Amino acid sequence: MSRAQQNRVAITGNEAVALAMKQVEPDVVAAYPITPQTDIVQYFSSFVADGEVQTEFVTVESEHSAMSACVGAAAAGARAMTATSANGLALMWEVLYIAAGLRLPIVMPVVNRALSAPINIHCDHSDSMGARDSGWIQLYSEDAQEAYDNILQAVRIGEHPDVLLPVMVCLDGFIISHSLENLKVLDKEQVTAFVGDYRPDARLLDAKRPITVGALELQDFYFEHKRQEAEAMVRSAPIIEAVADEYARLTGRKYSFFEAYRMDDAEVAVMVLNSAAGTARAVVDQLRRRGVRAGLLKLRVFRPFPGAALAEALAGLSVVGIMDRAEGLSAAGGPLFVEVRSALLGRPRHPLVLNHIYGLGGRDVGPDQIEQVFADLLRAAEAGEARQQVTHIGVRD
Amino acid sequence: MTTLKELAARPERLSGGHRLCAGCGASIVIRQLLAAVDNPMVVGCATGCLEVATTIYPYTAWRTSYIHSAFENVAATISGVEAAYKALRRRGAVAEDFRFIAIGGDGGTYDIGFQALSGAMERGHRMLYLCYDNQAYMNTGIQRSSATPLGAETTTSPVGSVLPGKSRPRKDLTAIIAAHDVPYVAQAAPHRWRDLVTKGKRALDTDGASFMNVLAPCPRGWRFDPAKTIEILTLAVDTCFWPLFEVSEGRWTLSYRPKEKVPVAEFLKVQGRFRHLFKQQNREVLAAAQAEVDRKWEALLRRVEG
Repeated sequence: MSRAQQNRVAITGNEAVALAMKQVEPDVVAAYPITPQTDIVQYFSSFVADGEVQTEFVTVESEHSAMSACVGAAAAGARAMTATSANGLALMWEVLYIAAGLRLPIVMPVVNRALSAPINIHCDHSDSMGARDSGWIQLYSEDAQEAYDNILQAVRIGEHPDVLLPVMVCLDGFIISHSLENLKVLDKEQVTAFVGDYRPDARLLDAKRPITVGALELQDFYFEHKRQEAEAMVRSAPIIEAVADEYARLTGRKYSFFEAYRMDDAEVAVMVLNSAAGTARAVVDQLRRRGVRAGLLKLRVFRPFPGAALAEALAGLSVVGIMDRAEGLSAAGGPLFVEVRSALLGRPRHPLVLNHIYGLGGRDVGPDQIEQVFADLLRAAEAGEARQQVTHIGVRD
Repeated sequence: MTTLKELAARPERLSGGHRLCAGCGASIVIRQLLAAVDNPMVVGCATGCLEVATTIYPYTAWRTSYIHSAFENVAATISGVEAAYKALRRRGAVAEDFRFIAIGGDGGTYDIGFQALSGAMERGHRMLYLCYDNQAYMNTGIQRSSATPLGAETTTSPVGSVLPGKSRPRKDLTAIIAAHDVPYVAQAAPHRWRDLVTKGKRALDTDGASFMNVLAPCPRGWRFDPAKTIEILTLAVDTCFWPLFEVSEGRWTLSYRPKEKVPVAEFLKVQGRFRHLFKQQNREVLAAAQAEVDRKWEALLRRVEG
């Protein structure tokens, strides 16, 4: 594949998502509006109204029905997409598991927003983190470019015959969804060629070979099918890598499970998801100028969780600060922290792991807060122990 | 008009060997419905008796394509299937003239699936939603639903020392769906099989959303001899407890008018779930049950004549 000519556009995160959906042109989009995802549904409605896509657009009466309609459409043999945020994702919860369990490769942008209560429309990751064990692949996006790129790759990853799992593409509400950004995009024809056709082995709409989807499985079969689903999640890792390679050849933009920024000789580092990576990168640069051996690990793929590779990447650090934009409410730290620490366990040498919970409900996270995290890491590095394992930063006492 | 001989010659689309109880009304309803047209079809089932009894992996009783996803979402699931059909047909990936049927019990339809049903009807998907109404949550062990009649005993409206069974009358779901102004709505009962099959065909020939509410007696929940399903249905209709009618393009028509309106007590007394209503202390409830049937029947007649 030769490098594609790309167009430069200045659009918001939600526009980038809608553009990716338009270029993929799924057979069915079933969606329901919720802040901050709403733009996506509106843009897509316009594409339909202007005849720019041939997609059947189902304006459902709830997110539960959005995901249910996607399940029906995908089982019927169609490529199906939706998009949501926060409480909308929570309302889908039951059907998320069904989409994954039925092995339907639905692609869903999730514009991250805090879950109620208190009701709040701004960014944090409590919504997608709540769905982390639903059997969906989860890709996180630092900016609009990554959200666009991830959506195109998500279609290929989910539909790969070795995978057949639904994929969530997460991006930060407002911070990314509503900010204007310069990005490079492909032409529709290039996207069509990249994503290919969805050709499931069996589909409801095969008159010659009718099928039963969603049978009742009891003690004798449920377990085998759940294990197959778990194995598909494991198998998705090399597919994610292969799709990223192909996408890099097409666009020049190379993605992996995570980005290790100035990690080679780092002593302390923070780990983040999504938009905070940009701020953290700037802080790392600043600290480096001051002689601090600081680094950043930006995780792109949370499911499947790249535990072994992460442990390898973090092995040389003295201290790592896992920044969670979600409170696990577990009394044991945020979800990212718990998983990273567990991935490190059992290795002969591993860094001290601290957890910093930040930015809940859209609380702005500036360089000062990330500097504060690094100060905490450096203190722990010097002392050889943490004053406190889980710290909430940027919050009033 | 379909003859019994013709119906019997149609391919069986719900095979025998499923695990529904002897005397269950649901399987009779579904077999009649599936015989109504020859088109290939996709059937969706809400969680419930019909679903659990017909698709115990690795077996399926369905000789049509079939999907189950959850309890409250069959209307939305079939919305997605129908949307997929339109998209795939447009791009030449499906050639056949499919039909789409969403099936739920009364729990999955009147109650938990009501929102998804209302949405699908409003959007006008070309689907038939069929409710097999057995008047309680039978699959989980006979709990009251909003389709449970006044005075009926269920495990969540038990007859106690102070309460005489369910304290509220039924929700009139058929009228509610008719109020959605979908092109075709009907109420039917499988002892009048020709009427049911004819309505099924009309519904499935409708270019848009259609709805059928069909009474499906449950010998376990209603507590009667499984051999008496058809007799009980006859009483339900002849007492006007379950009138047969259709609403086609907004026009209400009666499908059957009993020669003589039988007192509802005749229908109630053959079922264990109403046994307590015949005790002296519950006379008022029995009278209220009759008054409710009369009120609804008269309202229906006004709609038919108006």
